[in-house]
Amino acid sequence: MRRSNRFWWSGVAVLAGLLLGKAAMTGRAAPPPAAGRISGTVTYTGTPPKMRPIDMSKEPNCVTQHPTPVMTENVVTGAGSTLRWVVVYISAGDQPTSPPTEATRYNQKGCLYIPHVLALQVNQPLDIYNEDPHSHNIHPLARVNPEWNKSQPKGAPPIHTKWEEPEFIPVKCNVHPWMHGYFAVLRTPHYSVTGEDGTFSLAGLPPGKYTVTAWHEQFGAQRQEVTVGDGQSKTISFVFTARPY
Amino acid sequence: MGKVFAVVVAAIAVVSAALFALHIWWLPVDISAHGSRIDRALNETMVAAGVLFVVAQLALAVFAWRFGPEPASRAVKTFPGGATPMVVLAVVLVGIEILTLTFVGSKVWAGIYQTPPDPNSLQIEVQAEQFAFYFRYPGPDGRFGAMHPELANDATQNFFGLDPANDTTARDDIVVGSLAIPVNRPILLALHAKDVNHAFYVPELRIQQDFVPGMVIPLHFTATKTGKYEIVCTQLCGLGHYNMRAYVEVMPEQQFNQWLKEKAAQQ
Repeated sequence: MRRSNRFWWSGVAVLAGLLLGKAAMTGRAAPPPAAGRISGTVTYTGTPPKMRPIDMSKEPNCVTQHPTPVMTENVVTGAGSTLRWVVVYISAGDQPTSPPTEATRYNQKGCLYIPHVLALQVNQPLDIYNEDPHSHNIHPLARVNPEWNKSQPKGAPPIHTKWEEPEFIPVKCNVHPWMHGYFAVLRTPHYSVTGEDGTFSLAGLPPGKYTVTAWHEQFGAQRQEVTVGDGQSKTISFVFTARPY
Repeated sequence: MGKVFAVVVAAIAVVSAALFALHIWWLPVDISAHGSRIDRALNETMVAAGVLFVVAQLALAVFAWRFGPEPASRAVKTFPGGATPMVVLAVVLVGIEILTLTFVGSKVWAGIYQTPPDPNSLQIEVQAEQFAFYFRYPGPDGRFGAMHPELANDATQNFFGLDPANDTTARDDIVVGSLAIPVNRPILLALHAKDVNHAFYVPELRIQQDFVPGMVIPLHFTATKTGKYEIVCTQLCGLGHYNMRAYVEVMPEQQFNQWLKEKAAQQ
């Protein structure tokens, strides 16, 4: 009696499996929503502060690495009033994703932080290298995340770390006062840091309504609401007001 | 054993005295108007202390050679009248020597540090911070902008805490990371410390002066030789103290004016 029941139930299970499989196949046949994109340019109006040469004379190793003087990077402009080092990212409307497992790299070379602004995701591995023939002392001035301060001598292995909370973290070198940079720690995987042409592109966006934020270390942040349709490309622009001092 | 000790002591005394007497270890070149007075005071101190050192060490060697370990049967002798008069005499003599050197040295020091600066001195402000020196020239308007410590920001290169948005005299101030000065012209530095104690030491200028937070310390001198010399911090000021330095470049007046013009254009 028990054996015949078992046979009957297994027949029902096979039938249900076939039906479910067919349903799934029917579902797959519907095209997935195409990814959209938000792109644009960041510019400024007004008079920006002058980019000035950085005096590295106290560290001759670094002077020799730069045949022409390095200019300050807090406000870097390009032709057509474009603005560099602006972090443009989705600040609301995005789906949470797990952080990438590959580490992102931050270099200390020629007494500069390279890149000047590094955008990365929360909990994304971060490797900090010292490529100079002398010590640096990297000091991220975090307020939400734990603040730390580590010396990294010449030839020392990279510092492996990560940030657990979103935050714009200023970074300084305690030994070389002119060395400054930023970690832009973001929840979203959709971000872009503008180059000298001021352009940005946030690709791979599912249809939806988003808040796009542009952040600059000296001129603050601006937000825009953008609705992206199925496979739609939207162009927006951010215009910061620059002050010379 | 006593003779070996005597030879070693004598050799150390003679070799170390010779290193200084022959100027193998000696002061760097003097590039300041006041330096010869410092050097003379140092020389007098060195000679006085050196002669006493050599005589004392050689006397020690002679006694060790002559009266070294002997058979236990030999009686221990004492100075006639005991050692007390000798000790008193030594203390008095050394005391007189030290007081004399202090008097002579302080007169030299006061003659440099406590004389007023030349009213036509070139004025330069110095900001010392962990772990660098920055220098400020007044710019074409000849006036320094006021300092607001709360506005100091390394990230924007505002090392002196200037307020150019509201203070027009600050806009043309020239801020640089190395000191340039014209040769044979009196210089007046105003030393500011942003955080902790530091020191301004240029051996060739025969100048060493502390920075103290909250105080503006004047320091004046005249450089008499062109060249590039190192400025080092000699007050332990933190982790990066070893790396706290800058350079002073002494240049002909015309070259200095050109340098100043170039730097003014970059501000």
